[in-house]
Amino acid sequence: MSFDYDKYIRPGKLPHIWCPGCGHGIVMKGLIRAIDACGLKKEETAIVSGIGCASRLPGYMDCCTLHTAHGRAAAFATGVKMARPEMNVILVGGDGDGTAIGGNHFIHACRRNINMTYIILNNKIYGMTGGQFSPATPTGAKASTTPYGNPDPAFDIAKLAIGAGATFVARGTAFHANQIDKLITEAIQHKGFSVVEILDDCPTTYGRRNKFKSVVEMMNHLKDIAVPVKAAEKMSPEQLQGKVLTGVLHKEEKPEYTEQYAQVIERAQAAK
Amino acid sequence: MAKKVAFLQGNEAAAQGALYAGCKFFAGYPITPSTEVAEVMSVELPKVGGKFIQMEDEIGAMAALIGGSLAGSKALTSTSGPGLSLKQELIGYACIAEVPCVIVNVMRGGPSTGMPTGPSQSDIMSAKWGTHGDHPAICLVPASVQELYEETIRAFNLAEKYRTPVMIMPDEIVAHMRERIVFAEPGEIEVIDRTAPTVEPSKYKPYDTSFGDVPPLAAFGSGYKFHVTGLNKLPDGFPTTKAEYVQAEEERQVRKVEGNAADIMKWEEYLCDDADIIVVAFGSTSRSARFAVDEARKQGIKAGLFRLITFWPFPEARLLELSKKAKGFITPEMNLGMSHGVVKAAVEGNAPVLGIFRVDGEPINPGQIIDKMKEVK
Repeated sequence: MSFDYDKYIRPGKLPHIWCPGCGHGIVMKGLIRAIDACGLKKEETAIVSGIGCASRLPGYMDCCTLHTAHGRAAAFATGVKMARPEMNVILVGGDGDGTAIGGNHFIHACRRNINMTYIILNNKIYGMTGGQFSPATPTGAKASTTPYGNPDPAFDIAKLAIGAGATFVARGTAFHANQIDKLITEAIQHKGFSVVEILDDCPTTYGRRNKFKSVVEMMNHLKDIAVPVKAAEKMSPEQLQGKVLTGVLHKEEKPEYTEQYAQVIERAQAAK
Repeated sequence: MAKKVAFLQGNEAAAQGALYAGCKFFAGYPITPSTEVAEVMSVELPKVGGKFIQMEDEIGAMAALIGGSLAGSKALTSTSGPGLSLKQELIGYACIAEVPCVIVNVMRGGPSTGMPTGPSQSDIMSAKWGTHGDHPAICLVPASVQELYEETIRAFNLAEKYRTPVMIMPDEIVAHMRERIVFAEPGEIEVIDRTAPTVEPSKYKPYDTSFGDVPPLAAFGSGYKFHVTGLNKLPDGFPTTKAEYVQAEEERQVRKVEGNAADIMKWEEYLCDDADIIVVAFGSTSRSARFAVDEARKQGIKAGLFRLITFWPFPEARLLELSKKAKGFITPEMNLGMSHGVVKAAVEGNAPVLGIFRVDGEPINPGQIIDKMKEVK
């Protein structure tokens, strides 16, 4: 029997706003399969986003959904999780939303290790505003605000998350659709702040400016650059040139924030 | 049994008022001269099972505040001028998404870093116009430690009753002075909680105006699934650009405060009935003004004090009424004429309005006010 996505989609809210060829829908289906695999109850699950194409995702999900302001999803979500630690909290957003205007909230959510899962749909561009370069746009790439090529270096978002203290970090791509739900499932089941970066495509504002002739070409590019962590162990630095590691990149156990705060409450009440 | 009394700082009293009102969530960021509010909340909230979080910045604190409130907790933050500027983005979000929360903003000198330890009353326009777009504004301006305590309770009540952010803005003098305070007994002061929905979850719409201008608000995690956005929205919470909805929604959001101004406005009239000269003042300045009025009366000047306790909505109708008999108004304030303009507009030219403006970090003294009274012809 085929998977019943409708169970998790808000009635009457489709079609979505994403362009033909955009990978965001693939990621949303992966997220739905992960939520199902984890057995999360919809009314006990909050999906929180910022602003941008990816941040429109929660609106299609039949859960408690919070579409916040640009870059602020992690901070709003922290408030929800602190007030109600028993809720499942999942964040969704793009690369610009999460690592530029929301960069401060992102790194501090990683540092606190608060039990939430942040799915970053990295299409390397500000799509909704028409294709300006983001902190994930590669040096030299064309965007509407880098007409002569991007002078900025790009963030490695997964490394940023690891450096900031996230205790679970994984990376997948929109091409590897069947891996997405597995990565998100593991992220949700991990206790602590988990980050899943999904390399995505934006044919409308990135592809056409950067010599990708079609969506298929963009998807093939994702396929070509992705190297599973295990396979990479056997590859030389030369072979790994221009490649991107996929799979679970980092996993560790550290005290979780709401549990730490529960201890604060215990200590305060004992001292009363 | 004797009531509990204490010698308390203004900021500490604000925190105590929040706790009395049932606040269970605080998100903040350190900033002078408001930090004591956060410090007291960090001590007291865990004792009552509440949550305190110090966020990475002022914007994050405002975001977490809204998140905490949406998850069902009465929520407080505290800040001051530069922090208020940063919070404005999401104060607008709380307005349009209609999320109750309370912001204590201790007024210090500005603009920018200004005079962090100096008193000021220059954020009152920020309270109304600081965030972009049309939106409701409630701003309370207490003048004593006792009043800061009681008005913080009222701030929570108004936020919960009208599903909107409420700002309480003591000036630095009121926030840092120490005075005797009498705590309210449990049940002595009314505590209002937001109206929760009674419809079954599948029928719930977070902005269903068939319940009136203030629709019931469910909490995330309470069995209700719904959508919240900062976009203009339909009754079900989903975005819309349909002209008739957007216009009606914006008007309703403002109306729920302006249309209930009589419930929200609060002021004190001291010797105003026969006054020739009415001093309109608030916060610590109103304490100098009261002293000046008493002194002026001794000198044969028929002076009165109109003390604002709610600044927004502004009681313009009452001032207009008083202006029909008064010979003049005086607006002493620690800014360059913010309430002056509002009072002038309210009295519609019936009487002159003379301002005393100080932004040098010094309080306005009674002598300055008496001297100004003598300029009224």
